[in-house]
Amino acid sequence: MADILDAARSDAELVAWCRKGDPQAWNELVERFARYVSAIATQAFRLSAHDAEDVFQDVFTRAYERLGSLRSDDAIRPWIGQLTRNCCLDLLRSSGRVVLVAEPEEQAADDVIALLDEALTVREGLAHLGPECREILDRFFCRDESYRTIGAELEIPAGTIASRISRCLGQLRSELEGRNTAVPPSSKQVTR
Amino acid sequence: MTTYNEERLGELLRMLPPAPIGWVTAAQELPLARVQLDALVQRAEADVAYRDSVVADLELALRAVGVEPKPAVVEHLRKRLAP
Repeated sequence: MADILDAARSDAELVAWCRKGDPQAWNELVERFARYVSAIATQAFRLSAHDAEDVFQDVFTRAYERLGSLRSDDAIRPWIGQLTRNCCLDLLRSSGRVVLVAEPEEQAADDVIALLDEALTVREGLAHLGPECREILDRFFCRDESYRTIGAELEIPAGTIASRISRCLGQLRSELEGRNTAVPPSSKQVTR
Repeated sequence: MTTYNEERLGELLRMLPPAPIGWVTAAQELPLARVQLDALVQRAEADVAYRDSVVADLELALRAVGVEPKPAVVEHLRKRLAP
């Protein structure tokens, strides 16, 4: 479970190391934003798995090529979000299946992206919890694992999973409410 | 300050399931693929016959140098070899 939960380096630090050609930093950057990019493609634009994979690779190809043009290293998150949005729209427009993406549909997609931004902020909050809480919440909510599977994998009684989830959610709520989580939606923050 | 209840937190966490591992791995290998791609383009620029064979079948040429011919990569190569 790498990605944003191993946020030893800030987004800006990660981008700076990527610019220096550090392959490990690039791996971390991909891990950190992989869920966000794939969720925008599959949930906001409802792309098939095949199309979503194309968008996913396209986004990271463009990100790799254009990282040097990012004006502020802190802006990687909204930049990736906007890049993904643009790649999805490009695919829909170029595929011939949709000549033009209608405005209401684009608005609906932007609404979902705003929710995904909030989801990513919540996910960032997980990084500040203990390893057991991170693992349990990720397995239960993100990986859709059963109490039995989680109990077996983490070697804890399955009967205690529900109470642990509740306790961990309480910690997560405290963490999130204890800091400013106002991150503007990607779709509204950066233009192409 | 944003406030959350447990149900809302659960809903938001569910929105970000893991991306398929194959997608992630392929994206992580982009820098290596870029090196191989650069070498391919350099050779194509120096060797007309090789360039023609690459242009005739971009996917085959990419596979031959060990690069997965994802659409984004094929398109990138097409642009780089455009006259």
